[in-house]
Amino acid sequence: MTLLEIMVVGVLGLAGVGMYGLLISRNLIKIVVSLQVLVKGAMLALIAAGYASGHINLAQSMAVTVIVADTVVAVIGLALAIQVRRRFGTLDVKELATLQK
Amino acid sequence: MLNAILVVGAVVGALQAIRAKRLLVSALWLAGCSAMVSILFYAMDAREMAVIELSVGAGLVTVLFVFAISIAGEDTSDVRAFVPKPLAWLLVLISIGLLGWMIIPTIGAPIPGVEPSFSEILWQQRGLDVIVQSGLMFAGIVGLLGLLADAKVPAKETAAQKQAATSIPPPPKALSQSPAIREEAHV
Repeated sequence: MTLLEIMVVGVLGLAGVGMYGLLISRNLIKIVVSLQVLVKGAMLALIAAGYASGHINLAQSMAVTVIVADTVVAVIGLALAIQVRRRFGTLDVKELATLQK
Repeated sequence: MLNAILVVGAVVGALQAIRAKRLLVSALWLAGCSAMVSILFYAMDAREMAVIELSVGAGLVTVLFVFAISIAGEDTSDVRAFVPKPLAWLLVLISIGLLGWMIIPTIGAPIPGVEPSFSEILWQQRGLDVIVQSGLMFAGIVGLLGLLADAKVPAKETAAQKQAATSIPPPPKALSQSPAIREEAHV
């Protein structure tokens, strides 16, 4: 297997695990972890595409944008999780679905 | 061979991060997955991105997770998932199949042409994007401060303050003592 084929397997694996986590998780912090895994798959795909096309620097500049946005999403998601825990006493998303305190 | 081991390690780390019962263990598995992904970046000549992923993905984000878990506490209650696990795996397999069907045919020969350096692309060609990223980071920090701040309950108004707000305010001293007003009062 070439390096590119190995990377495609990695991209599909990380994206699959991230999607699986989003489907089965009910804990708010676990949902943020799943999003992180999914975005790692997307970043690996970007870098692999740049490596394949010979434009690795362009791919890196795109991946920097992705990692900045991903980190901000993680920060806001974790802060929301902390506030939800303080106010409702749980991290379970199902408990929030009723929109009642 | 080493790259294949790293890819398998990253996927297993990600899976363990999802499956771990304790949130702290989950965060540590995610950090390991990030470290392996950063080595894969380095293997593809993406050196700058490897450094950023190692410092931000494996470092900063892990610290944030540990901080959040230490405040929110471990919630290890075993609850049933929204979607049954077999159905979730089926959906994931369909998604991966579609993704692979889209990705694999696009892998082709390298596009010819000289590529500018990373700094030239980032600071000159994508300068506007960098400014937008700075704004995004600023918005993220402001949002974080707003979310982490304790909610302040407005202080209850005292009875005296309520009465002062509803009653008509007395005229100013200077006006009540002016000669024009005194004449009007005589008339």
